[in-house]
Amino acid sequence: MIQTESKYQADVLIEEQGFDDHFHDHHHGDKYQTGFIGHYVFSMDHKVIARQFLITGMIWAIIGAAMSVIFRLQLGFPEENLLWIKPLLGKWIEVTDGVGKLSPEFYYALVTMHGTILVFFVLTAGLSGTFSNLLIPLQIGARDMASPFLNMLSYWFFFLAGIIMFYSLFLNTGPFSGGWTAYPPLSALPQASTGSASGMTLWLVSLTLFVVSVLLGGINYITTVLNLRTKGMSLFRMPLTIWAFFVTAILGLLSFPVLASGFFMLIFDRSLGTSFYLSDIFIGGQALDRVGGSPILYQHLFWFLGHPEVYIIILPAMGIVSEVLAVHSRKPIFGYRAMVFSILAIGFLSFIVWAHHMFMSGVNPFISNFFVFFTLIIAIPSAVKVFNWITTLYGGNIRLNTAMLFAIGFISMFISGGLTGIFLGNSSIDIQMHDTYFVVAHFHIVMGVAAFFGMFAGIYHWYPKMYGRFMNETIGKVHFWGTMLCAYLIFWPMHYIGMAGVPRRYYSFDTFDAFKQFSDMNKFITVAAIVAFFVQLLFVLNFFYSIWKGKKMTKQNPYDATTLEWTTPIEPIHGNWPGKIPSVHRWAYDYNKDQREYVPQYIPLEEGEVGDH
Amino acid sequence: MSYFIALIILALIAVVALQIGRVSELSAQIRGEEEAELQNNNSTGGWMVIFGVLFLIATVWSAVYYKDVMLGYGPWEASSEHGKEVDSLFNVTLLFTGIVFIATQWLTFYYSFKYRGKKNGKALFLAHDTKLELIWTAIPAVVMAFLVVKGLVVWNNTMLDLDEDEQAINIEATGYQFAWDIRYPGADNVIGHKDFRLIDMAVNPLGVDYTDDASLDDIILAGSDKIVLPVDTTVRVKITSKDVLHNFYLPHFRVKMDAVPGLPTYFIFKPTKTTAQMREELRAYPEWNEPYDPTDPEGPKKWESFNYELACAELCGKGHYSMRRIVEIVDRDTYKQWLKGLKSTYLANIRGTDADPNKGKRLLPFEIKARQTELTKEISAAVKADSSNADAKIIRFKNVYYETGSSNLEADSYYELDYAATLLNKYPDIQLEVAGHTDNVGDPAANRALSLQRATSVMNRLIEKGVSAARLKSAGYGDASPIDSNDTEEGKANNRRTELRVISQ
Repeated sequence: MIQTESKYQADVLIEEQGFDDHFHDHHHGDKYQTGFIGHYVFSMDHKVIARQFLITGMIWAIIGAAMSVIFRLQLGFPEENLLWIKPLLGKWIEVTDGVGKLSPEFYYALVTMHGTILVFFVLTAGLSGTFSNLLIPLQIGARDMASPFLNMLSYWFFFLAGIIMFYSLFLNTGPFSGGWTAYPPLSALPQASTGSASGMTLWLVSLTLFVVSVLLGGINYITTVLNLRTKGMSLFRMPLTIWAFFVTAILGLLSFPVLASGFFMLIFDRSLGTSFYLSDIFIGGQALDRVGGSPILYQHLFWFLGHPEVYIIILPAMGIVSEVLAVHSRKPIFGYRAMVFSILAIGFLSFIVWAHHMFMSGVNPFISNFFVFFTLIIAIPSAVKVFNWITTLYGGNIRLNTAMLFAIGFISMFISGGLTGIFLGNSSIDIQMHDTYFVVAHFHIVMGVAAFFGMFAGIYHWYPKMYGRFMNETIGKVHFWGTMLCAYLIFWPMHYIGMAGVPRRYYSFDTFDAFKQFSDMNKFITVAAIVAFFVQLLFVLNFFYSIWKGKKMTKQNPYDATTLEWTTPIEPIHGNWPGKIPSVHRWAYDYNKDQREYVPQYIPLEEGEVGDH
Repeated sequence: MSYFIALIILALIAVVALQIGRVSELSAQIRGEEEAELQNNNSTGGWMVIFGVLFLIATVWSAVYYKDVMLGYGPWEASSEHGKEVDSLFNVTLLFTGIVFIATQWLTFYYSFKYRGKKNGKALFLAHDTKLELIWTAIPAVVMAFLVVKGLVVWNNTMLDLDEDEQAINIEATGYQFAWDIRYPGADNVIGHKDFRLIDMAVNPLGVDYTDDASLDDIILAGSDKIVLPVDTTVRVKITSKDVLHNFYLPHFRVKMDAVPGLPTYFIFKPTKTTAQMREELRAYPEWNEPYDPTDPEGPKKWESFNYELACAELCGKGHYSMRRIVEIVDRDTYKQWLKGLKSTYLANIRGTDADPNKGKRLLPFEIKARQTELTKEISAAVKADSSNADAKIIRFKNVYYETGSSNLEADSYYELDYAATLLNKYPDIQLEVAGHTDNVGDPAANRALSLQRATSVMNRLIEKGVSAARLKSAGYGDASPIDSNDTEEGKANNRRTELRVISQ
């Protein structure tokens, strides 16, 4: 039995077996990490950039979540006096007879910003940006990204996008308020809504910069995975995290430019008098002479990104969860190759299902036949993944720490939210369900909560790799149970509201007899949402407290994991490994194989042993 | 001040949380990390399985408790033909996904408990199992194939447009910020052309093109009127928008379709339950027997106040949530009655005004056509009528015009006269008198002379159009037989007339 716990052993083995890339031979001082600014601000080190993405994402998550609390107050307690938020929201709290009410314009602005922030800034940049940056070089055995400079630019474009979006919150006409999908003509015409004035201009500028950020990051991830894998790290030896990040980056690279082209045409329609999306419009007392365009064209371009985007969000979470489940179950991930092919199949299918968001938008109903077919096919690779995760638990020796709890919670959420997708993907049922609370429940569970669970699993699991300390487990467990419970208490009842036909994006339900019957349930949901918000603050507290005061990481490989990130020094260094880089001899999941508790990837094969599965 | 106190409280909670976390960390170190981990596995594993059980009970219980808001159950059964298919597909999907849901959720939580880490525990090395993986790829594939096929059958039955020979009531819904305009097609069942450039908020808010004959009998409902539709009749709604995207959404009928400026869409559905029937059904449910207005316990009950509703389901701006209209489904006879009570928007508001592109035209094609139908009936009735009933033998021309003070016919008279000639030729045996009448203004003798001249002009036109001269004679009665008072202008106008009288068969 090979003793692998010792730091000494791993380092010795890497020195003996590793690959010498002469990285440390020509060191003329570390020109990338001189001084505070080079190290912490304009850093080109992937580990620092990962943390920049994570903390920026967390700040945005708090802002986005706080917005949802405010609009949930309107939905749950429409009669309540909101005068107390007036210091924060100013004129958007309309006061009549001393009673403050949220204005409908700002309600829609909050809903729109909540969606935009969470989808793009938190679950794309904060999730994929963090973990792709942190794990790709570490797990494939690379010194850094292929282009550290582009990697740095990727973060700063994201930062700039964030600054502009944040600025738009304070405009006199308010931030954009036409829904995160920004369908024209509402988004194209300032006459249609106050939020479609300067707020929309800044929204477009911000998201265009965001697209640049995603593309710079994505090119880097793809190049790094393809070119900088260490000796022996064949594609089918890569951990599932890397597969997930790799396919995510490809999806982003292929779909975000299409979104950008859609945005450009919208910018032209807004500023240059073109009519790509406009036709036959009478608004503000006059008929526009802008004819010949089609609002549906925008929807095609938007959802050509929009659908892959939900997989850009969920695939990294899936990868992280697969890894965390295997490490803490002390078992190989079940059906590794099936998992890889599922990721590839989901990635491919995500490009040919976009119009299932548009069944009721006026596209030719005949076309929907294809999109129903391909959409429901996605259920098959998704089901395979779920069965494989559950089978990974089967027969394990599971450590139920916080990271693992979130990974298990992810499975539960992914099942709950995935199954409702089978309803919505079938266009006939979508006639009734489209744009109701059923949809809200579906996507929040499957790509909101589930993606967050994947992210939390990743943060708790790799926190020692990022900060050399552990997060507090007790607070972590409170965080898990609070989040799990509240997430279901918030979103489960929404299925019933949606089945009853209540449309989403309603400022008030009282106008309609059919929709106003759920006021008690809406109160309940709001209370659960507020509790959930404070539980997340507990996580933020734990996160920042642990950076300085958390339990120290004393072992190089605290989880007895097989992957390469646990062979780097506890104190992270530029270039990741002090000497040679490790070479790889086997896949990433040799747990409890042949009487050995775990066999890291850098351990050479024994006589007759097979290194791949 | 209260903000300050709130911040202090939050900070205190934070400190307490951190201290609890710190203490538990220290106690774990005292017990030994491994021991603490095993204890944690036991307790957390226990909580996992408890959560799993409670979660599954809660989901199943809530589904039963809320079944009345689920598609296809009780009061929430669809009120349209295709809607029932949608509901049935929903429930088939619910069955399959329900089974998968319970099985996989249970295994997730149960395995987390059962395979929790134990002292000297050992995990199984289980990397893959081709047979098992094939089975669980094949099962979802088969289920999905079934759902796709069933779903697409329902979809194509619902969404395909009408064949040419299929009958349906055509109506048009136009969304705008923030309401709906509804247009009915009138007698021709064709909705006239419209163009956004013609919109004039004061007189023509929909931009209806009144040079299109089909527009002239169309009816635009007033803003607050109910949309009335007959039960068991196919309705094709043409859906359009004036400004931004809207969505025509009738939740009870499972109808939903975007309204897109520049691209008319449609939805075809067949209501199966009248509003009255629906109310009667709802009466059986206790929750529908509460007062509609909670502040007025003696007022109507919820079921009595039930109405089908039209809503908007595509974000269209700050008033998106308020685009409500009531839809009333009635039996076919009531619908016909209701329709009769409506007047063409053109005739009521546009005709003869400055907004009328047909201004100056005395007769419009639909009026000519309507008069032709009427005339056919009148002539046939007069021929058949008993000769003892003198009045019944008379056919009164409605659109015969003379030049002022002259007996010359104006061209607009030919529509009616020429058609009368064709009809008369179908009854070759009858003899007719063309009779002229005037009001009492002026000299009676002159009146008699003028009325005879005018009757003769009409007779000549009929002869010219092929009616045998032998069957016709003309007569001028002047002001001798008025049919109305000569004291009013209206009465005088009625008295100035030209008639056709059947005198023998």
